[in-house]
Amino acid sequence: MADGAIQIRDLLFRWPRQPAPCLDIPELNIAAGEHVFLHGPSGSGKSTLLGLLGGVALPERGEIVLLGQPLTRLSGHARDRLRADSIGFLFQQFNLLPWLSAIDNVLLPCTFSARRKTRAGNARETAARLLTHLDLAAESWHKPAAELSVGQQQRVAAARALIGRPEILIADEPTSALDAPRQQIFVDLLLTEATAAGAALLFVSHDERLAAHFARKITLADINRAGVPAS
Amino acid sequence: MKAVLILAVKSAWARRLTLGVTLCAIALASALLLAVERVRHDARQSFTQAVAGVDLVVGARSGSVQLMLHAVFHSGSATHNIRWESFAAIATHPAVDWAVPLSLGDSHRGFPVLGTTADYFERFRYADQRPLAFAGGQPFTTVFETVLGSAVAAELGYRVGDRITLTHGMETLGPEHADKFFAVVGVLAPTGTPVDRTVHVSLEAITALHLDWVGGAPLPGLTIPAEHVRKFDLHAKEITAALIGLKNRTEVFRLQRHINSYRGEPLMAVMPGVALDELWQTLGMIEQTLLAMSALVVVVGLAGLLATLLASLNERRRELAILRALGASPRDLFLMLTAEGLLVTTLGVVLGCGLLAGGSFFFAPLLQAHFGIILQWRMFAASEWALLAAILATGLLASLVPGWRAWRMSLADGLTPRN
Repeated sequence: MADGAIQIRDLLFRWPRQPAPCLDIPELNIAAGEHVFLHGPSGSGKSTLLGLLGGVALPERGEIVLLGQPLTRLSGHARDRLRADSIGFLFQQFNLLPWLSAIDNVLLPCTFSARRKTRAGNARETAARLLTHLDLAAESWHKPAAELSVGQQQRVAAARALIGRPEILIADEPTSALDAPRQQIFVDLLLTEATAAGAALLFVSHDERLAAHFARKITLADINRAGVPAS
Repeated sequence: MKAVLILAVKSAWARRLTLGVTLCAIALASALLLAVERVRHDARQSFTQAVAGVDLVVGARSGSVQLMLHAVFHSGSATHNIRWESFAAIATHPAVDWAVPLSLGDSHRGFPVLGTTADYFERFRYADQRPLAFAGGQPFTTVFETVLGSAVAAELGYRVGDRITLTHGMETLGPEHADKFFAVVGVLAPTGTPVDRTVHVSLEAITALHLDWVGGAPLPGLTIPAEHVRKFDLHAKEITAALIGLKNRTEVFRLQRHINSYRGEPLMAVMPGVALDELWQTLGMIEQTLLAMSALVVVVGLAGLLATLLASLNERRRELAILRALGASPRDLFLMLTAEGLLVTTLGVVLGCGLLAGGSFFFAPLLQAHFGIILQWRMFAASEWALLAAILATGLLASLVPGWRAWRMSLADGLTPRN
């Protein structure tokens, strides 16, 4: 196998007490540093797929390999380690711990991953640099996250996903809480930072207009033989 | 793990209002439980310390506990007095080494007045056989002289040379023996026993005060001025009780039998240790009930903690999912929630100890005045440490529940919380 960021083979996942599988993906490869737009409407099994990639759920059968590591054959603890070390997550909204300051939120991955802490160097400086790159004014850095606007919160969340240069960035509808012009700006910003960090980016959205920014576009319905699950 | 604990503290601080209320409930509950235990412990301690070296307490026939409480702790009242002849007969019994008469009934601003002889200061022993010591002055020698216990002098600001009057009966506002002044000739050193709160005068003084009194009120139209009382026979005709020391302690049962079957009038002699044991047996049930009730209050407090933590867990579902996405293991989240509960319990218990310390500071004089119980300013006794440990252990047990819920929740939710 080549050194892909994400490799999926014969993946089958079924929710407990559900007769029909939710995901049945014969194959999906994402190369290191590759930027992929994954299109799927809500309820298409996106969240389930992200949970599997994050190692918080296990498939019924099949294999998921992250950065050459067979996720499906690792212990729960090792999966937590791998997620902490190598994946930066970015969600729709409410990404932050509201009672921590913006900069402390950015630093959180460094408390869970020694590797990302080492790679971040001087973590506080790195966090400050990332926030500056993402256009967050310095006077907001020490405000509690709850006091920031949604747009500011998403940029803090992006900085948090990027700190310590994880090899994989997974963004789940990160722009849905933003208005249209800001969506474009945010996606561009994210792509720029992902490129600078050399990270693979899996951008999941129901909004196909955003796909224009990406070289590769996948539709979940095309790769998932299970079709839309009843949920 | 350290990082997780720091996060737990920061998260708890963000919810400090609700947790603070819970913490106060735990603090009050622990303080109550500790106070009950402390009063129980110190009551035994101070009652046991108050009599040493006395082999028998003699009084009119009543209950042995009642006699002890009245004679030694000056609480309650005696049903009858005993005649001086009876006392004289016992005091001269060959087995008796010394006998000190006690006469109670008057007071000075709420402090009991004890009429006795100067022997009292020689013979009285407390704690581990320690004798009384004078902080200043000397024993009384004439009728209108008094020796004050240390607490009386300290609380009322009396010094040797001051003059005081006594009140008839134990009521602060009872009729005053206003025409007869007593000079303070001595102040005793602190003993940590009821002696500290006692005003000591001679037996003759008690007789002199009541020359012109009948049945608890001054005789109308008859006043005998202080300078004339010496013309009367001031020998006490009756006393309340007597403390007896034996030449040989093995004689105690023989003498006790002798006194109990005294033919002149119905008397009783009790051994202080036996009477106290009887008291503890009577109080045992009450103590256990009080302890059980305060323990229940602590359980209610900790149930409040459990409810608060479980309620907050639903609001924090997203917070747990975020931490999970950042690499936290279910174990980390379990630790975080359990640590929060344990933190609140620990702080509550510490605050409770503070409340106990403050409370004993304020209520110690009251307890000592009304019940003769001396609260010690001290470190915890073994039984109190055990209670503290029990509270913390129960708190930990209660905290495991939200911890376990967080664990289950994080496994079920993964990265996307279902609300």
